[in-house]
Amino acid sequence: MKFWLIIRIAFALLMARWKQTMVAAIGVAFSITMFITLLGFMGGLNDLLDGLLLNRTPHIRLYNEIKAPEVLPVNLSPKYKDHYNFVKSVKPKNERQQIHNITAIEAALKQDNRVLGFAPKITAQVFYNIGSTDLNGLINGIDVAGENALFLFNDYVVAGNYTDLNTIPNSIILGKGIAEKTFTNVGDIIQVTTAKGESRQLKVVGLFQSGIQEIDKVQSYASLKTTQNLVGETGSYITDLQVKLHDLSLAPAMAKEFEQLYAVDAVDIQTANSQFETGSKVRTLISYAVGITLLIVAGFGIYNILNMMIYEKMDSIAILKATGFSGRDVNRIFLCIALTIGISGGLAGLVLGFGLSSVIDQIPFNTPSLPTVKTYPVNYNPFFYLIGGVFALITTYFAGFFPSKKASKMDPVTIIRGK
Amino acid sequence: MSNRSIILEARNISKYFHDPLTVQVLKDISFSIIAGEFIAVIGKSGCGKSTLLYVLSTMDTDYEGNVILQGVDLKGKKDAELAKVRNNSIGFVFQFHYLLNEFNVLNNVMLPGLKKAQYSEQEVEQRAYEKLKILGIQDEALKKPNQLSGGQKQRVAIARALINDPLIIMGDEPTGNLDKKNSDLVFSIFNELSKEYGQTLLIVTHDLEFAHKTHRIIEMQDGKIISA
Repeated sequence: MKFWLIIRIAFALLMARWKQTMVAAIGVAFSITMFITLLGFMGGLNDLLDGLLLNRTPHIRLYNEIKAPEVLPVNLSPKYKDHYNFVKSVKPKNERQQIHNITAIEAALKQDNRVLGFAPKITAQVFYNIGSTDLNGLINGIDVAGENALFLFNDYVVAGNYTDLNTIPNSIILGKGIAEKTFTNVGDIIQVTTAKGESRQLKVVGLFQSGIQEIDKVQSYASLKTTQNLVGETGSYITDLQVKLHDLSLAPAMAKEFEQLYAVDAVDIQTANSQFETGSKVRTLISYAVGITLLIVAGFGIYNILNMMIYEKMDSIAILKATGFSGRDVNRIFLCIALTIGISGGLAGLVLGFGLSSVIDQIPFNTPSLPTVKTYPVNYNPFFYLIGGVFALITTYFAGFFPSKKASKMDPVTIIRGK
Repeated sequence: MSNRSIILEARNISKYFHDPLTVQVLKDISFSIIAGEFIAVIGKSGCGKSTLLYVLSTMDTDYEGNVILQGVDLKGKKDAELAKVRNNSIGFVFQFHYLLNEFNVLNNVMLPGLKKAQYSEQEVEQRAYEKLKILGIQDEALKKPNQLSGGQKQRVAIARALINDPLIIMGDEPTGNLDKKNSDLVFSIFNELSKEYGQTLLIVTHDLEFAHKTHRIIEMQDGKIISA
C-alpha cells in the first residue's frame, strides 16, 4: 500500500514535467548509445586487426629445424668429462627437413581435446621461370581442405576456385604479385624450377592476395601431393604441422610440451609474433581507456541532469514533508524517479546503440589487404551492453540518492524559508 | 483549566539564527494551548511569530527548550517520528498555499490521508470530498491547483490540513496573500471549524481585525510574548 503510494507520487512528479523527464531520459540514452557504439566500433576494428594475423597464423607450428647438435660426442665421453673441449665449426648432420613419425603425431593430436585442428604443410624453394629470367619463389604445399577450415584460405583467393588444387593435378594458386610480374592469369601455365634443378610446368587455377605485398610477390600454393612431387619426396614428407588450439593462451606451454613429447621444434604464436602481442595489448589498453573515459563523461552528464531535476523539486519535497511524509519516503520517491529515468533511458540507449552499430556495420569499407571485408567491422559483444546497462542504473541511482538524501534530511522549514 | 485538556505546550523555547550573525529570535517562550481554543498570534514583522509556529509544528528542529504534544516531548525525536506527528496530529496552512501542482485538488487533499493509511483509498477519497464540501469547493475537486483562484487554493490547503482530523491546525498568515473578501471567507471557515467541530487552531496573523475575533490573542515582540 505504502510502496504503491510512493510509486504513484513518483510517477505523478515524472509526468507533470514530462518534457524535463524526456530530456533527462534522452540524456541517459545518448550517453549509453555513444558508449555502446564507440566501444563496439573500436572492438570491431581491433578484432579486424587481430584477425589479420590470427586468421592465418598457426597457434603452434611444429617443424624440424636443421641445426648443429647441441651436445657433441666428445662431451659424452667419460674420458674427457673433466676437460674443457673446444670444437669449432660444427656442422649439422645430413638430415632432411621433414618431421619424423608424422602419422603418430597426427594421431596423438587428434586425441588431444585442447587442439581445435591441425593442417600439414610443405614449403619448397623454387624459381619461377619467365623467359630467360628466374624469379625467387616459395611454394607452400597445403592440405587444401584443412587449410581452408583453419586459416580461411578461401578468403584470400581472389580469382579462381581453391578446390581446383585438389581436383586438377599439377595445379598452383599464384600470389597476385607474381601473376602480375609474369603476366599469367587463371588458366595459364607457369614453369618453375626446384632447388634441385628439376623443371615443372604447373597450371594456374587461382590467384591469392594476402594483403602483404612481400608475400604476394614470392609465395604460391599447391596441394601437398603436387609439392611432394615437386621436391621428389614421398607422401610422408611433411615439413610443418600447423596446430590451432581452442584457447590461444595455452600455446606457449603446449609448444614446450610438444617439443619434448614428439622430439620436434615447436614455436608458439606469442613467441613468433611478439610485436603482434604488444600491438594487440596496446590497442586493448586504448579501448579500455576510451571506454572508461566515455563512462565517466556519461556518468557526470547523467548525474548533472538528475541533480538539477531533483533540486527543481525541492518545493515538492518541503510540501510532502510538511504534510507528514518522512525523509525516507521522500528519498524513496526520488530514487524511484531516478531509477525510472535510468531504466528507460538505459534501455533506449542500448537499443539505439545497437541500431547505430548496425548502421556503421553497413558503411562500405574496402581495403586491398582485406578482400573479405566489405563494411566497417563492429563488435556486438554482449559484455559492452551489460556494462552500459548496469552503468546507467548505477549512475542514475547515485544521482538520485545523494541530492534526495540531502533534501530528506533538511527540516522542511529550511526549504520554505530559503525561498 | 485542568492539565488534561492541554494539547500543546511550549516550555522555555529559545531559538537562534546564526547566519550572518548570531541573533536570538525566540527568547524563553512558554505557553500552552488547550483543546478547542482558537488562538491568534500577532506581532510586528520579524518578531519571531512564524519561527515559533514552525518550531511548534515540528518542521524546525533546531531550537532549545521543549515542545510537548499531548504529554509527549518532541525534542530529539527522529525525522520519521516527527513526520508521523505532522501527519497525524498537526494540520498546517501556509501563507502561500503550497499545493502540489502535479496532482489535482482531490489528490492533494488525499495525499496525507493515504500516507497515514488508516482508511482505504475509497474512504480517504470520501473523506476528502467531505472536507472539500465543508469548505465549499467540492466542485473544483478534479481541477489542478493552478487552475484555481488564490482563495480557492487556500481553502484546498485547509482541506488538506483537515484530512487526518488533526489535534491542532496551525496557520502561518493563511490570509496574508488574500483580499478582504477571501480573508473573511477563510476566517469564517476557521471560526466554523472552531465552533462546530471544536477544532483547536493556532493562527499567526498580521490582521488585527481577524485576531480580535478569536478566543485568545498572543502578542509577541522581539522574540518574547508580551501579552497572552
